[in-house]
Amino acid sequence: MRCRRHGGLTANTRVRVAVYIAASALYVLGILVWGLKMPESAYGVDYSMKLMAPGAGHIFGTDFMGRDMLCRCVKGLSTSISIAALAAGVSSVIALAAGIAAAVSGGKTDSFINWCIDLCMGIPHLILLILISFMLGRGTTGVTVAVALTHWPELARVVRAEVLQIRSAPYVQAAYKMGRTKGQVAWGHMIPHVLPVWMVGVVLLFPHAIMHEASITFLGFGLPAEEPAIGVILSESMQYISTGKWWLALFPGLLLLAAVMLFDVIGENLKKLMDPGSAQE
Amino acid sequence: MPRARFLGKAVFRMLTLLAAVSVLSFILLTLSPVDPMTAYIGSDSTLSQEAREEIAEHWGLNDAPVKRFTAWAGNFLRGDWGSSITYKKPVRDVILERFQYSIALIFLAWALSGVLGYALGMASAAKRGTLIDKAVKTCCLAMQSAPTFWVGLLVLSLFAVKLGWFPIGLAAPMGKTAAEVDVADRIYHMALPALTLSVLGTGKITLYTRQKFIEIQSSNFILYARARGESAWEILLRHGIRNTLLPAVTLQFASFSELFGGIALAETVFSYPGLGSAVTAAGLNADVPLLLGIAVCSALFVFAGNLMANVLYIALDPRIGEDVRHEM
Repeated sequence: MRCRRHGGLTANTRVRVAVYIAASALYVLGILVWGLKMPESAYGVDYSMKLMAPGAGHIFGTDFMGRDMLCRCVKGLSTSISIAALAAGVSSVIALAAGIAAAVSGGKTDSFINWCIDLCMGIPHLILLILISFMLGRGTTGVTVAVALTHWPELARVVRAEVLQIRSAPYVQAAYKMGRTKGQVAWGHMIPHVLPVWMVGVVLLFPHAIMHEASITFLGFGLPAEEPAIGVILSESMQYISTGKWWLALFPGLLLLAAVMLFDVIGENLKKLMDPGSAQE
Repeated sequence: MPRARFLGKAVFRMLTLLAAVSVLSFILLTLSPVDPMTAYIGSDSTLSQEAREEIAEHWGLNDAPVKRFTAWAGNFLRGDWGSSITYKKPVRDVILERFQYSIALIFLAWALSGVLGYALGMASAAKRGTLIDKAVKTCCLAMQSAPTFWVGLLVLSLFAVKLGWFPIGLAAPMGKTAAEVDVADRIYHMALPALTLSVLGTGKITLYTRQKFIEIQSSNFILYARARGESAWEILLRHGIRNTLLPAVTLQFASFSELFGGIALAETVFSYPGLGSAVTAAGLNADVPLLLGIAVCSALFVFAGNLMANVLYIALDPRIGEDVRHEM
């Protein structure tokens, strides 16, 4: 049993949590906007600056075509974040619909939706992504659709569990007794109840989506080789690593890791703001 | 026996899911715009139109999708998994041969991350709030989020290129025939990929174990144990391990799906000849029979992990038996 003497977050913790969220969001949005606004000339080819180690002019160094690594990485990461945003949008709506439908209907529908969730989680995620990307002939469309369509099962389970908690609550039962349909109850009572948990789930979807996009691009099933993308950059760096060009791998990965971890920070802190109990941990 | 029935139900569910996985994979692969004929004979082939049609007829490419699937599934059950375009060998031989390499890698990484992660997690929870705890927690958060292929590249450039302690890739020394390669060679070549693969799991298990033990430490029976005068070490040995080991092991078995994704990345970085690099090659070469075979095998592998977790729970946790009886 956790002790709850303070009755929730103190003002200071609240402020601190809000600052964490704001700072992380600033970084992630900064990368996104910087990348979207970046002209192609920023990472143009310049053979006189080939394979330069990190220094004053190019803080991340340059690659085998003399392109500035910082700009390529930022551009690539911003593409990843855009794809992840789309994935979060699509997958979270599927998850919300499936989770609520399963919990509200119960019986056969519930079993069927659970079975679908188990099916999607039965194939290793990366293999499923490869299969879908292969179906769409690889490339940008392939990776975008694959990442967008496969991130709902975990969140759907969370939503379902959340709805099950209030399914037999007196106010829900009362709503049914007063003649509300299942759809009306789902819209009026279930959705407002799961919204906080669902929103946290959506934010926590980003890190997975970003990572999966980078992974299958790295394997050659995602974004095409001429596009700046972290997966492409790291896969190119493999050829230069044996000759000691460490910066080609280190910095792009660090930038990616930072973005992924900060999305986690945003999600976990949002959770804290919405659930006062977890502030005591 | 309710436990036997519970298990039977689980196995039945897995079989239906496995069948569905193969149908789903088959649909996904046949919808691909990649022409299997072009993938097989190459785009600049001088084969005549008649010959092409004969091949299509022989393969059954003109049949209805359902007929094609039943033909494939029938052959699959009989042990004929088709032949791989990439490796010019029967798919079953390719998978069985490469699975041996991969399973050794997976097992090593799995055991390493399990033992290391559990020990770190318990230690960190016991020393909760100290500098060590905070350091472990931060490290593990980073390890949990670090992309496997990037970790692989860093490990490679540090231990293989810079320090030269380990080989850069492959599963055996170059210039040795298969008969000459011994166990030491294998382990030496497996060390770096296994290390890479274990990073993600170690982070997860550590954080999970830490969380569990912290939760247990705030329960009443621990308070009572403290009141009786048990030291922190005694509490860990008598109550901590007993209550955290089973959930940690279960989580570890549930990680089979991530491990399988992980080998695709780690093996590609280290050019290690396992199933992971085969699935990449199959996808890039439009080698549909091999891709299909590996997809089904990977699902089987994940289900095996889940089944083992279920069995362990039923066998070891006295409380589960009660639940099962209530549910029946």
